[in-house]
Amino acid sequence: MSAHIPVRALGRYAAGDQGIAPDVLWAMETHLEQCADCRARLADASDGDTMALLAAVWVKVDAALSAAEPATVRRRWMPARSVRWVTPVLVPWLVTTVLVVLVALGFDLAVAGRGVAPPSLVVLLAPVAPLLGVATAWTGRLDPAHELVVATARAGLGMVLRRTLVVLVVVIPVLAVAGWMVGASPARWLMPCLAFTAGALALGKVVGLPRAAWGLALLWATVVVGPSIVTARLPVLLTEAALPGWAALTVVVALVLVPRRSGYAELR
Amino acid sequence: MRRRYGMRKGISAALLAPTTYAWAIRAVELRVRAGRRLAVDGLDLSMGNGVHGLLGPNGAGKTTLMRALATVSRPAGGVLELLGHPVHARPDLRTLRRSIGYLPQEFGFYGRFTVREFVEYLAWLKEVPAHDIPDAVQRALERVGLAERGDSRMKTLSGGMVRRAGIAQAIVNDPEILLLDEPTVGLDPEQRMAFRSLLRELGEHTCVVVSTHLVEDVVAACTNVVLMDAGRLVFDGGPADLVELGREGVGDSSAERGYTELLRRHRAAGERTA
Repeated sequence: MSAHIPVRALGRYAAGDQGIAPDVLWAMETHLEQCADCRARLADASDGDTMALLAAVWVKVDAALSAAEPATVRRRWMPARSVRWVTPVLVPWLVTTVLVVLVALGFDLAVAGRGVAPPSLVVLLAPVAPLLGVATAWTGRLDPAHELVVATARAGLGMVLRRTLVVLVVVIPVLAVAGWMVGASPARWLMPCLAFTAGALALGKVVGLPRAAWGLALLWATVVVGPSIVTARLPVLLTEAALPGWAALTVVVALVLVPRRSGYAELR
Repeated sequence: MRRRYGMRKGISAALLAPTTYAWAIRAVELRVRAGRRLAVDGLDLSMGNGVHGLLGPNGAGKTTLMRALATVSRPAGGVLELLGHPVHARPDLRTLRRSIGYLPQEFGFYGRFTVREFVEYLAWLKEVPAHDIPDAVQRALERVGLAERGDSRMKTLSGGMVRRAGIAQAIVNDPEILLLDEPTVGLDPEQRMAFRSLLRELGEHTCVVVSTHLVEDVVAACTNVVLMDAGRLVFDGGPADLVELGREGVGDSSAERGYTELLRRHRAAGERTA
């Protein structure tokens, strides 16, 4: 940086002197932008009236600051930042999901006491348990702020995955506990659970997330849950033999999903 | 009192980069669906910086057009370029959306949120850099006159204040294209005056599109008037032209008379060709 601006020139600048040549003015402003010392000297170079005005302003600012009450800190059940991960409208649906799993668990425990052994309802429901949450993660009907959110830069697969992750973080531990209580190994339901979630996300790009989730849940209910309750036998899809199949399906769906991620910016 | 400021913010490279497009918004033969109906049907439009008033009767396709400009609705046909991005060809919308501000005609919010939290959330969604968010939110709230109510919950606000909070979230990312759908609904006359001067200020460096059916708002604050009917462009000109057309006819003010006169002529011409 070249030499600093002389006091006299600073005084003329502060007074708004029209006589300063444009190139000199340009050079001074460029220097002022980069030199904190000269900016500080500029403040002192102002005339008496300006200094008096500034002092008066500072007195008022100080008075206003000390008069203002400190912001009240409110306790709240959901901190504001958490909306980046989960919208308040998702919460009741997550609670519903947990209740459904608990009802299924109660049913299983009640039946188990009688000596007969039909397929566990918890294991039958576990693969589709997150779909209720996934369906509500990105839908204009339920989320009042949806119209604002879909027009923003973050709208897309990233936001959907954040919300889905929250759903899984809530649902999987509940399923794990329920599964343990009915004596089902997590391997039997965890992979189908992830496969259905990934499938709903992939299908959601085509038909919308709620429709995709409901469609898959309905398919599962008619093809697997219904028949296995009628025949009282655990379907082969939920045995350990089917595990590699579910894992392969999850990987394939994820591989289909990733290259199409930019298209999720238009997810309705 | 002596204060020293370091070089905190410089001028960003993006600010100095030359623009590579002629119009902020350019539409050619644009068609957009609302449900199954073609609500925008063959619209040609070019808009640069300034305040553009979008007028038209109910059902003219104003809101559908605004949603397409906000990249929410996908065009069904034609060309739509926003800031040089060809939106009809579905580019990566993420970069483009950072430069757009959008106030929908109807928008909801989470009632427990304070005004500041609401605008902060939208600023975060628009990928405003984290360290700029508090400043940007404060500036936006001050511009719409809501700084005092920043810590009030959204559900305690009046209708006009909710609109102003909506305008604050639309301008929080300093957009290059600002889309306001019916922004003056619920504002009292004094707030409308303040809003008009904010519009004029924003229009100097931004392409502002204001959809409204209040003709007087357009005449008072807009540099350009676009009139739509049944999904098509009827008129594109200055507010003075609208006033000029309305020296005779039905309506309370000359601008309103100009508006009805234009619609009448357009519909008469449509019947003749049909």
